[in-house]
Amino acid sequence: MSELKGWRELPIGAIPFKLSTEFKTGDWRTFKPVIKQDKCVKCLLCWIYCPDMSIVWDGEKVTVNYDYCKGCGICAHECPVKAIEMVKEG
Amino acid sequence: MSFTFNIKELAKQPPKLLPGHRLCAGCSVPTIVKLILLAAEGPTIVATATGCLEVATTIFPYTSWNVPWIHNAFENVAATASGIEAAIKAMKRRGAFKYERVNIIAFAGDGGTYDIGIQALSGAIERGHDFLYVLYDNEAYMNTGIQRSGGTPLGAATTTSPAGKVIPGKMQHKKPIADIVVAHRAPYVATATPAHWADLMRKTKKALSIRGPKFLHVLAPCCRGWRFDMHLTMEIAKLAVDTCYFPLWEYEKGEWRLTDRSLVIAKNPKLKKPIEEFLKVQGRFKHLFKPENRHIIKELQEYVDMVWEDLLKRAGIK
Ligand code: SF4
Ligand code: SF4
Repeated sequence: MSELKGWRELPIGAIPFKLSTEFKTGDWRTFKPVIKQDKCVKCLLCWIYCPDMSIVWDGEKVTVNYDYCKGCGICAHECPVKAIEMVKEG
Repeated sequence: MSFTFNIKELAKQPPKLLPGHRLCAGCSVPTIVKLILLAAEGPTIVATATGCLEVATTIFPYTSWNVPWIHNAFENVAATASGIEAAIKAMKRRGAFKYERVNIIAFAGDGGTYDIGIQALSGAIERGHDFLYVLYDNEAYMNTGIQRSGGTPLGAATTTSPAGKVIPGKMQHKKPIADIVVAHRAPYVATATPAHWADLMRKTKKALSIRGPKFLHVLAPCCRGWRFDMHLTMEIAKLAVDTCYFPLWEYEKGEWRLTDRSLVIAKNPKLKKPIEEFLKVQGRFKHLFKPENRHIIKELQEYVDMVWEDLLKRAGIK
């Protein structure tokens, strides 16, 4: 049997060391949100509510990051001017 | 201190909770965390109790936390937060800590708060640690498969309070957890939902400006456990407030205030919707609409009315 380790030699627990951004959740999606730029009034409600940080605001326009969007449809449902349409993935 | 937010500026920053987390599509919890961390200015340390949020944001080897984060067990997140605060104090005494003030935020679900974590929570408040405790309340043990908790409301079907011939869903009311924290005379206690996002962010910022233990009770609609379509998450949170099932209020130094939509309803009682509006959109309450279970809806309505009237009195509106 090997010697028992003292507490100083023990490794310090498990440390998650990669960012979850390496894990793409976009393939969970059945419907994808498509933003009609001509209708969007840039209120950013979709950005506020999106659970997957998948609405991107660059200071000029709002776009969707399909790498992570899970297609929940919250953005489309909450958009006050119905500028987002949920389209079936082909 | 200003409690308004320039979302168009804030939205340009990198998020403090990263995408690629594996919470369900349509989950309200990441939105809650995102908004709270957005409102938390300056250095912030997060601790999470075991629960949906914790297991889905830290699946090895990945982490979604873009802030210092620590894991602990189900029951002790308030104790961990206390320890962080104590450690910072000790490091400051030795001159080994460079920040003047750090936000310490503990996140826990209803299981980790109402049931398993209440002892650690009560102790941490009593000892007066400077931290913010956020309860994200999805009203059952969702990550293990929808078991009832102290936060599950009367009549809700869960896998351990199934609706059938023997019982009509959970037999007991939800525990008034925020009132229990108020009874500790915590300096700041408030309720919020992610749908009422400006209210949630304002309350977060306010809480973090106050020293001592603060408590935020945030309703967290859960499409899997409550049985509704995933795009309705925010709508259901709004219905919870519109029916006064989950009123928005804050308690500070012995005073109660209604906020946001609940204040509007208090001033114009005609806007208060019947509890059916909240129940009928959720599968967990489906059985309540059968003739033999209708009395439970009545009982729920009476309970909601009683709590609401009581709140109006506390807020000095009646
Ligand atoms: S569908 Fe859901 S996940 Fe995708 S961008 Fe809209 S709110 Fe975000
Ligand atoms: S909610 Fe609609 S209008 Fe507002 S920014 Fe998003 S897409 Fe544009």
